[in-house]
Amino acid sequence: MSPQITPIADTAQDLELSERILAPDGSRIPNPRLDAFVADVDAAQLRALHRDMVILRRIDAEGVALQRQGQLGLWAPCQGQEATQIGTARALAPQDYVFPSYRETGVIYARGAQPGDYVRMWRGEEGAGHDPATLRVAPLQIIIGAQTLHAVGYALGIRHEATDEVAVTYFGDGATSQGDVNEAMIFASSYQAPVVFVCQNNHWAISEPVSLQSQYPIAGRAPGFGIPSLRVDGNDVLACLAAMRWALDHARSGKGPAYIEAVTYRMGPHTTADDPKRYRDEAELESWRRRDPIERLEAHLRAAGQLDEHQLAETQAAADDVAKAMRAACLGMVTRPPLAVFDGVYAEPHTGLDRQREDYAAYLATFEAEA
Amino acid sequence: MTELTLGKALGAGLRQAMRDDDKVVLLGEDIGRLGGVFRITDGLLDEFGAARVIDTPLAESGIVGMAVGLAFRGYRPVVEIQFDGFVYPAFDQIVAQVAKLHYRTQGRVKMPITIRIPWAGGIGAAEHHSESPEAYFVHTAGLRVVAVSNPADAYRSLRQAIASDDPVIFFEPKRLYHHKGDVELEAPLADAPPMGLARVVRPGTDVTLIAYGAMVSTALEAAEAAEDDGVSLEVIDLRSLSPVDYDSVAASVRKTGRVVVAHEASREAGVAAEVIASITERCFEYLEAAPLRVTGHDVPYPPAKLEKYHLPDLDRLLDAVDRVLDRPNSLTGVEA
Repeated sequence: MSPQITPIADTAQDLELSERILAPDGSRIPNPRLDAFVADVDAAQLRALHRDMVILRRIDAEGVALQRQGQLGLWAPCQGQEATQIGTARALAPQDYVFPSYRETGVIYARGAQPGDYVRMWRGEEGAGHDPATLRVAPLQIIIGAQTLHAVGYALGIRHEATDEVAVTYFGDGATSQGDVNEAMIFASSYQAPVVFVCQNNHWAISEPVSLQSQYPIAGRAPGFGIPSLRVDGNDVLACLAAMRWALDHARSGKGPAYIEAVTYRMGPHTTADDPKRYRDEAELESWRRRDPIERLEAHLRAAGQLDEHQLAETQAAADDVAKAMRAACLGMVTRPPLAVFDGVYAEPHTGLDRQREDYAAYLATFEAEA
Repeated sequence: MTELTLGKALGAGLRQAMRDDDKVVLLGEDIGRLGGVFRITDGLLDEFGAARVIDTPLAESGIVGMAVGLAFRGYRPVVEIQFDGFVYPAFDQIVAQVAKLHYRTQGRVKMPITIRIPWAGGIGAAEHHSESPEAYFVHTAGLRVVAVSNPADAYRSLRQAIASDDPVIFFEPKRLYHHKGDVELEAPLADAPPMGLARVVRPGTDVTLIAYGAMVSTALEAAEAAEDDGVSLEVIDLRSLSPVDYDSVAASVRKTGRVVVAHEASREAGVAAEVIASITERCFEYLEAAPLRVTGHDVPYPPAKLEKYHLPDLDRLLDAVDRVLDRPNSLTGVEA
């Protein structure tokens, strides 16, 4: 056998090279590697995953609508990526800590985000949308890939304390081009840190296709860093759940980092400021519509007689309720007073900034005197 | 009192900070078995072990990014950047992550990270080993910036930086690593002057000469030379570049009415520009002459054989003093 490592033909599209449990038509296919990790998942749990995905899609749609109505400055849709986000996030233990990118709406949902948490940052009220300590999720990260290093540093702390926690980081296929992501993998490997890397390969980094960034399947890079990896069908929620359980078990049991590439698709624009029609083929989008993660699980449950119209309607109503609460929270937000612009820059008094605050307060007071 | 070099004082400061708080961990290239390229961390691996004195792969962004994650976990990481010019690959992690996370989360995430940078020129080093990047960090909200000039300050300020809940960029003038001075190793930190306080190093009445880092030594030389010439210089060591202690600076300027600010870093939009602008805002009516800057030129740091033409020296400082005093100087020509 040749020692030479060669790229495969089509890194982006060849889903046959990824792990699956549910076929696109919803039928269950045997997976010797992953089946054991989801052997306990019964119909009720499958329905819960379905419900999560439906609610997430509804949250996402509401986010887009609120942006279009001028209530949010920006929104980063995750439609199409529900199985990856819900499947992986539902595998987490409460004590695990997540370092996400800006698109992980489903991850913060699964960690217990409150309705306002989804929109607070995008509305421009605060720099971060949720309380990191409550959700055990770091603020959404916009700088591409920067959070992967934070996860490794956090995991190093876990390792020093010898607890059974795991740090998890989410990032996109575009991020794998960043130095930070590669440095994170080196450091994780160097210290055998309990960290799980979840690459959501959604095929597009704004207008740049994954093929521009990767001449080799992204999951294939991890072994080069000494990190075991799985390439999983990211539209198969069961496979995502199973792969994440594998990765978390691996990291939790002291075997060091693990890596998952979930091959999925961003159905909508990169953000609400983007126009994918300029760079993306309608036929490609159509082919991914046929792999919709929610419909796939729905088909599976219906075929097994585990999902009826009544249950579907109930799920949809629950999703509408979440969206309604999210909208109410968004519209009900009260912008902090002007001097709050200075709040929280430093933990301790900073004479330079304190003086600026005083000067600005005095300036604002002149308007009150006029009134 | 113990006489220590500035380098040894920094090592002693790290040791004391690590003894005081087991959440203090060190990260950096070559800081473990080697003790750092300047030996500042010498002996710490033996005392505290590899879990707290962490040798890292050679990746500056990785080191600072890891420190961010450790801070999320409740640690107080102290990062060593090997040389000033190597901090740029970590720039994003410092200005976009370390500096901002407290503000973004309204204090729910603290970043008590100290980033030590062996700093500035004058040692005949290779390219990228003599940079003065302080203005980049002073310009970044959320960071504190400290520059030390002597062993006693180095020992105390480093411990204060590590104890601070804010991130601190800590500049160590490598030109002075071997300079000796008395250090009070046992003095309680609580009794020390605050980290942001400037210091009048030498009182004077005619001109206020403001410097920091290794330039404080040059400023003191200038003050001695000026005294021989009948001019009294008040030398101020800023010690902290963010925040700047303008109360102390202004008190001196109100007394002397004349100001020269000196630093090695290049001139445009530098620390001296900021200090002079603030002085002008605060005590314009006390000024007898336009404040002057004496700085490095706006050139990339020159090769070692040329650096003496770049770094402000005694004569350039004295020339500026002559100019603010309206004595014969490089602009007016020297009297025969």
